[in-house]
Amino acid sequence: MSDITLKHVAHVAPEAGGGKTARFWTGKLFIYGALLIWTIICLFPIYWTITTSFKIAPNVMKGALVPWWDYTPDWKGWRSIGLSPDTLGDVSTVREEFFKRFFNSLIASLGASFLAIIIGSLAAYGLTRFKYRWLWMRNSDISFFFLSQLILPPVVLALPFLVLYRDLALLDTLAGLIMLYTLMVLPIVIWIMRDQFESIPLELEEAALVDGLSTWGAFLQIVFPIALPGMVAAFVLSMILCWNEYFFAALLTSTNSTTLPVMVASQTGSQGINWWSMAALSTAAIFPLIVVGIVLERYIIKGMTAGAVK
Amino acid sequence: MTAPSVPIPLNYGETTPERQRLGGIITWGATAILAVLALIQTLYVAGFTETGFSNWRPVLYAYGAWGIALGAAQVVAHGEQGKRALFVLPAILFTVAMVIFPTLFGFYIALTDWNLASQDGMKFNGLDNFWQMLGDPFFWNAMLNMVFYVAMVLVEYVIAFGLALLLNAQIRARKFFRVAFLMPLMLSPVAVSWMVGKSMMEVRFGPISNFLKWLGVQNPSFFGDAWVAKFTIQAMDAWTFIPFIMIMLLAGLQALPKDVIEAAQVDGANKWQQFWGVVFPLMIPVSITAIVLRIIFKLKIADIIINVTSGGPGGATDSVTSFIFREYRDRSNVGYGTMLAMTYLVLIIVFITLLLKLVDRWRRSLT
Repeated sequence: MSDITLKHVAHVAPEAGGGKTARFWTGKLFIYGALLIWTIICLFPIYWTITTSFKIAPNVMKGALVPWWDYTPDWKGWRSIGLSPDTLGDVSTVREEFFKRFFNSLIASLGASFLAIIIGSLAAYGLTRFKYRWLWMRNSDISFFFLSQLILPPVVLALPFLVLYRDLALLDTLAGLIMLYTLMVLPIVIWIMRDQFESIPLELEEAALVDGLSTWGAFLQIVFPIALPGMVAAFVLSMILCWNEYFFAALLTSTNSTTLPVMVASQTGSQGINWWSMAALSTAAIFPLIVVGIVLERYIIKGMTAGAVK
Repeated sequence: MTAPSVPIPLNYGETTPERQRLGGIITWGATAILAVLALIQTLYVAGFTETGFSNWRPVLYAYGAWGIALGAAQVVAHGEQGKRALFVLPAILFTVAMVIFPTLFGFYIALTDWNLASQDGMKFNGLDNFWQMLGDPFFWNAMLNMVFYVAMVLVEYVIAFGLALLLNAQIRARKFFRVAFLMPLMLSPVAVSWMVGKSMMEVRFGPISNFLKWLGVQNPSFFGDAWVAKFTIQAMDAWTFIPFIMIMLLAGLQALPKDVIEAAQVDGANKWQQFWGVVFPLMIPVSITAIVLRIIFKLKIADIIINVTSGGPGGATDSVTSFIFREYRDRSNVGYGTMLAMTYLVLIIVFITLLLKLVDRWRRSLT
């Protein structure tokens, strides 16, 4: 394919020299201009949310943008959820509520990610290393079975699960949520880990087997440490997806195990919005992920690009 | 993405007829226990017997125990070969229990008139829900909206490609820009709904409204007009997911063979020709993967719609998922909602299969 295009391109006469510097600089200007505009598009909503959490009513109505310049920052929003410096020591029901939801989210996403990483990595390893045959199903069929779960829209499972979880007494429990989230991220984990294991040379394990390690021994002692960065990538990606999940949490939890997104969503509808406290709540809810995004960016990108480029 | 099947030589010598028999006994014994437990509970729930559990939880535990027994039986009966089966067994048992069973159950619910608000419980009503669905204008309206949302993936792709090219250019502070561009993907749709949809697009003082007023737009409104609302929702969804496409394309760009591009440069191709002649053709495989994945995610769009517009105005922004969500939340209509969901599932499977077939054929015709 590229040969043809190259020939086609070769007919074009080489560019005449001169004026290079002017074009170079306009090119640079265009590139940095575009980068800057998109950076603003990406970051402005975050900036707006954080700054709004320090505004009081008149500042919000005025549409103030820059703290200290067109308004004076105030802790009002943070005070209303019990997270401002002067209320931190006091008892605050809102703060308790927030932390309960926060830890629910944390447990649900950590639990689901761990579970998915364990069974997903095992399955991915088996599928890249051994030949399975069960009835008519071969390796490729089993892989397809797992990956095809990605297509399944959550709404298809939601109502049956509502009924099943009621009968299993799993409604409004974190265990039920963890199982569903595991199901949700499992195809992604298998996708990423398959790519990881395929990139590990087979000779390593063959040598280990010759040295007397068992199949599982070779996996745990030789392959596992090498595949760890890939697992971290899959784990981080699963974490993010579970942390942000709203649909199942809204349907299947009510009082005990509601997660953070449900709490944020439940504040928006009711009685004219308290801008400052909503902003503070949103900031607190997205803050962990912003940190994760900055610190673990490398792994997130690694996870997303697994299997995309061959 | 096909797995290279690599047969490591097998050691079949371990297993004996006795061990195989023992394995069989474990498998069938565990299956029998599970079946008996399920039967006891079914009879109890149906009201035929007096003894049973207060809920189905014990049957779930029995399923877990059955899975463990099945794994143990594999090792006993087949030795080394059985230990290999242990790698995929947990994932398979988990997925089957969590997907196949609920889906089959869902198909059954779809054929009942079950409404959680009514006192009668569920009654089988055949294809009634299906006929009702065929005549439901709001459902088909939501379907049409999905066509719009999916079609807009191409626009997202073009923007993401542009951004990937920018990030791949010779720039300083590449890491900063990459992290900044990735940020929207980190945020939960619910947070985005509030931050952008409710706050920044607030008609009186939201910064986007102010910006539009500054540009000279009279009384900007984002969710009044049907098409404006649709594009606004689409823009918010695009905002969160463009980084996803962008990162995949960026990885593709960085993996391009340098010598081919250099050869084109030596031949005097300008940037435009380099892009269309060399870069873009080489990027087609990555692009297809990114677009197909994005379409799959797009078909699940719901959170933003539920939280910002609830489908309004007049169902203009409804996606199938958000529509079914309200069918359940507002009307407790489980039977009908499930019928819609199952129809959607079938349509999605057909659509994705056709899409993959078409893409495959198209790629073969290219080479």
